[in-house]
Amino acid sequence: MKTPTIEIKGLVKHFPIKMGFFKTLRAKIVPEVHAVDGVSFRVDKGEILGLVGESGCGKTTTGKVLVGLIPPTQGEVFFEGTKLASFSEKELRKLRRKIQIVFQDPYESLDPRMSVFDIVAEPVRIQKVAKNETEVGEMVRNALEEFDLVPPEEYMYRFPHELSGGQRQRVSIARAFILNPDFLVADEPVSMLDASIRSEVLKLLLSMQKKLDTAFLYITHDIALARHMCNRIAVMYLGKIVETGNTDAVILKPLHPYTEALIAAVPVPDPTARRIRVTIKGEVPSAINPPPGCRFNTRCPHAMEICRKKEPPLEEVSNRMVACFLHTKKAKK
Amino acid sequence: MALLDVENLKMYYKILRGEVKAVDDVSFEVIAKESLGLAGESGCGKTSVALTLLKLLPWNAKIKGGTIRLTGEDITRMSDSELREKIRWKRISMIFQGAMNALHPTYTVGHQITECILKHENVTKDEALERATKLIELVGMEPERVQRYPHELSGGMKQRAVTAMALACNPDLVIADEPTTALDVIVQAQVLEVMKDLRHRLGVSMLVISHDLALIAETCDKIGIMYAGKIVENGDVKYIFKEPLHPYTTKLVSAFPSVIGPKTELSSIHGFPPDLLKPPPGCRFHPRCEHAMDVCRQKEPPLIQVSNRLVACHLHGGKEA
Repeated sequence: MKTPTIEIKGLVKHFPIKMGFFKTLRAKIVPEVHAVDGVSFRVDKGEILGLVGESGCGKTTTGKVLVGLIPPTQGEVFFEGTKLASFSEKELRKLRRKIQIVFQDPYESLDPRMSVFDIVAEPVRIQKVAKNETEVGEMVRNALEEFDLVPPEEYMYRFPHELSGGQRQRVSIARAFILNPDFLVADEPVSMLDASIRSEVLKLLLSMQKKLDTAFLYITHDIALARHMCNRIAVMYLGKIVETGNTDAVILKPLHPYTEALIAAVPVPDPTARRIRVTIKGEVPSAINPPPGCRFNTRCPHAMEICRKKEPPLEEVSNRMVACFLHTKKAKK
Repeated sequence: MALLDVENLKMYYKILRGEVKAVDDVSFEVIAKESLGLAGESGCGKTSVALTLLKLLPWNAKIKGGTIRLTGEDITRMSDSELREKIRWKRISMIFQGAMNALHPTYTVGHQITECILKHENVTKDEALERATKLIELVGMEPERVQRYPHELSGGMKQRAVTAMALACNPDLVIADEPTTALDVIVQAQVLEVMKDLRHRLGVSMLVISHDLALIAETCDKIGIMYAGKIVENGDVKYIFKEPLHPYTTKLVSAFPSVIGPKTELSSIHGFPPDLLKPPPGCRFHPRCEHAMDVCRQKEPPLIQVSNRLVACHLHGGKEA
């Protein structure tokens, strides 16, 4: 088996809740938000993994831990077989050249006081990849051209407020790709864009990814878009992966009741196929006190006795991994 | 007769640099008990249409022409007090965009629903509260929730509460402006289900405004596609999604991915929507259109009947003429 570009094992990230001084004196334990609770997956070279889930399920936190923006509470991240934690600060900085991220909101992720040129050139300058400023200019120009911001001269000296949403997002993608990263995290890169512009940006992302054979983690709440973009998907619920496998296999025949509900809830742009079916009730419980046993048991239509007591392990069931007693039991029989 | 008949409606915003033609010659109708979806990208004027229907406009907005007839009565000619007494909430109510944040944080949900009943109808406080409780139950919440403050409710609950409020005075038409943005898919599906169910049970008409074509496909009978302040195609959802005629509709429909059926390539439209201060001459879509002809740059295509719908495109107007 070849080494995956990125692999995480048992990733846990808890955020302590901020309390006032007097409250901390009285509190026995500091309550924590269990943002990510034991997540493992790998992304191979040239592969696109979609991380799908509702807001608050921990998908963005996972992405941030992967690129090293926040340290994990527990668990390990391996980049090309080496533990990230074993790197020194200096080595990490070098490594960041190979790991890049595109953020959700192009209105907030670009410095309003930097020109497009400076924004795109920033990683080149920090990593000291270019010999001199002319080379930096050359690289920036190529990157802008690559992402359809042509002629580059017209966009280079503009500031973010002079660009449309789609153009801004292309700038931040150009910035992420300028150092030819081996691993890219894209956190909802098109959720703020209009439909007509969305697919243009996605196409650019995909063609670049193919060209560089980047390992790609695509984080999204939109399972329909994930179907279009990804080779594999992982569905998250309250900090855990509940189902993961080949995109088509999972979407056409979901096994976990949550995945099933998620797919059934997505509106379909075809009036003859009207079929919104709400199979589950209520809303996501709080991540401060996640329910015991299977985290989905409070909303699951098939919840059994065991689901309330024991946590289902993520096990292989017919061409995918599922964490649900409905299926793991069958597999054992 | 149509419940709501909008004809040649024009509404411009006046700003220092000129006039923003946000709604420009828009005509459509909503038939009783039917739901119409107005779809389009951000800035195409769909919310402006909704606000004009209730005349909830800022000081710099002017209705420049056209009529809005609600069962024959012209709303554009009514004074503010007449509108308040006869139309708003009693006949047309609205679920505002970001409705979750439209609730007042320091009053209970029940108080806010009774307030609008008391303002519009001659009933006692107790009767109003009783009605509010019934409405809350109607949208699938426990009746105790009337005593709750907005911060004690989740996003989906707040959305339901606002929906209940819109139904408080038994209106004929409910305008829902992006009723489910900011909600997660599963909660969105729950809210949509409630809205659909209510529509059938109470027989209210709806005008749903959304950028999400998939949402309109699931909830509406008719759809009007807006682009740069104009309606470019209008008709039955079944026909329009199956066989869109206007090039903009075609692109927009295929820009939405689906979780069912075969995977299709997502289309995109090059460029961006025009500046409504100076919209392009002729057809407003021509700078981005793949089929643009000479006539498109010069003459504005009228919205005309083509087979089973209305289209404003020279490609299809020619065949009929």
